[in-house]
Amino acid sequence: MGKISLEVNGRKFEKEAPDNTLLSTFLREHLQLTGTHIGCDTSQCGACVVHVDGNSLKSCTALAADVNGSKVTTIEGLETNGKMHPMQEAFKKLHGLQCGFCTPGMVMSAVDLLQKNKKPSDTEIRDWLEGNICRCTGYQNIVAAVKEASTKM
Amino acid sequence: MKDFNYHSAKDSKEASKLASSSSAFLAGGMTTIPSMKLGLATYKDLIDIKNIKKLSGIKVSGKSVTIGAATKHVEVSNSKDVKKAIPSLSSLAEGIGDPQVRNRGTIGGSIANNDPSADYPSACIALNATIHTNERKIEAAKFFKGMFETALKKGELIEAIEFQIPEKSSYQKHPNPASRYAIVGVYVAKHKADVNVAVTGAKSCVYNDKEMSKALSGNFSSSSIDGIDLDSSEMNTDMHASAEFRASLVVTQAKKAVDAC
Repeated sequence: MGKISLEVNGRKFEKEAPDNTLLSTFLREHLQLTGTHIGCDTSQCGACVVHVDGNSLKSCTALAADVNGSKVTTIEGLETNGKMHPMQEAFKKLHGLQCGFCTPGMVMSAVDLLQKNKKPSDTEIRDWLEGNICRCTGYQNIVAAVKEASTKM
Repeated sequence: MKDFNYHSAKDSKEASKLASSSSAFLAGGMTTIPSMKLGLATYKDLIDIKNIKKLSGIKVSGKSVTIGAATKHVEVSNSKDVKKAIPSLSSLAEGIGDPQVRNRGTIGGSIANNDPSADYPSACIALNATIHTNERKIEAAKFFKGMFETALKKGELIEAIEFQIPEKSSYQKHPNPASRYAIVGVYVAKHKADVNVAVTGAKSCVYNDKEMSKALSGNFSSSSIDGIDLDSSEMNTDMHASAEFRASLVVTQAKKAVDAC
């Protein structure tokens, strides 16, 4: 057991957790932030992507202890005053999701891309989303949504 | 995942003091954590070395590029110094896994793990790297011992990897479309005295292809290795590629690398 201190979506949390607690488990089960999804649990699908200190990572492949003291942003932290983030708006407008399971990770990953590359090409978007798997949409609308968001951010 | 004790070491000395026969060093955790989750590995203690400041960073001198063991792939691919000194090393880092892996995974972790399909071991062989540990310096040619095996002893920690700057070099890989691991990756580096052709993904461990090295040392042109028929008997066969296909890919990628130099 150890004390985990994290700033998640602007709020400070301090909780005791066993050393083998994954960041994804910590977010979902200790902080009840269930927007972060666990898909494959073997670090392939990317449904669990969150931002830690400004960079995207797969929260199922990081220990909570390992990111102790960091600032974390999850899908719940993207909206401002009840208004969706431009990336969320774009996914909604362009049908960048069907079942929605991969969406939190897809959106978090895409937001990280636009933080680093404001006007990515289609190829750059596809390359960046390498670690996010969607089994419904066929990616076309996802890429279109990221492109759309890049004009609004 | 089975329980363990997590430790964050302040320096290499503390890290190796904490090490035991049932411990592992934790850097990016890109292999360690999934292996533990799948039950392929269990440890009593995980010793996090990411917070050891000395282990991160990139230094370029006239002859070499030295990268701290806990330096992340994204830091190597974004480094202007690396791009200038050894562009092929920068693009190798850019092609590892996906952005989330590159944001987290480290060069030292990749080398210590010595996955037969990992990218960095080929860079170490091609660029005549010296592996600096907390105990000694090891030449890359003596470091990679076999599948997931290295010359590292228990409690021995990689601190930095020193790459020799070549005259010309290129890394070409045929990636697995899902994982981006190399089905075959070939790193060709032309040094003043000789040429290295380091191959990853083809056999159980990275190796320097002597036949192609010799041919290219005589005449550094892709035509000098055109038509070389490599022995595929020790090459890997799996659902992605047969040994014969890998043997053919090694030559194709080597030629591509020479042409890209």
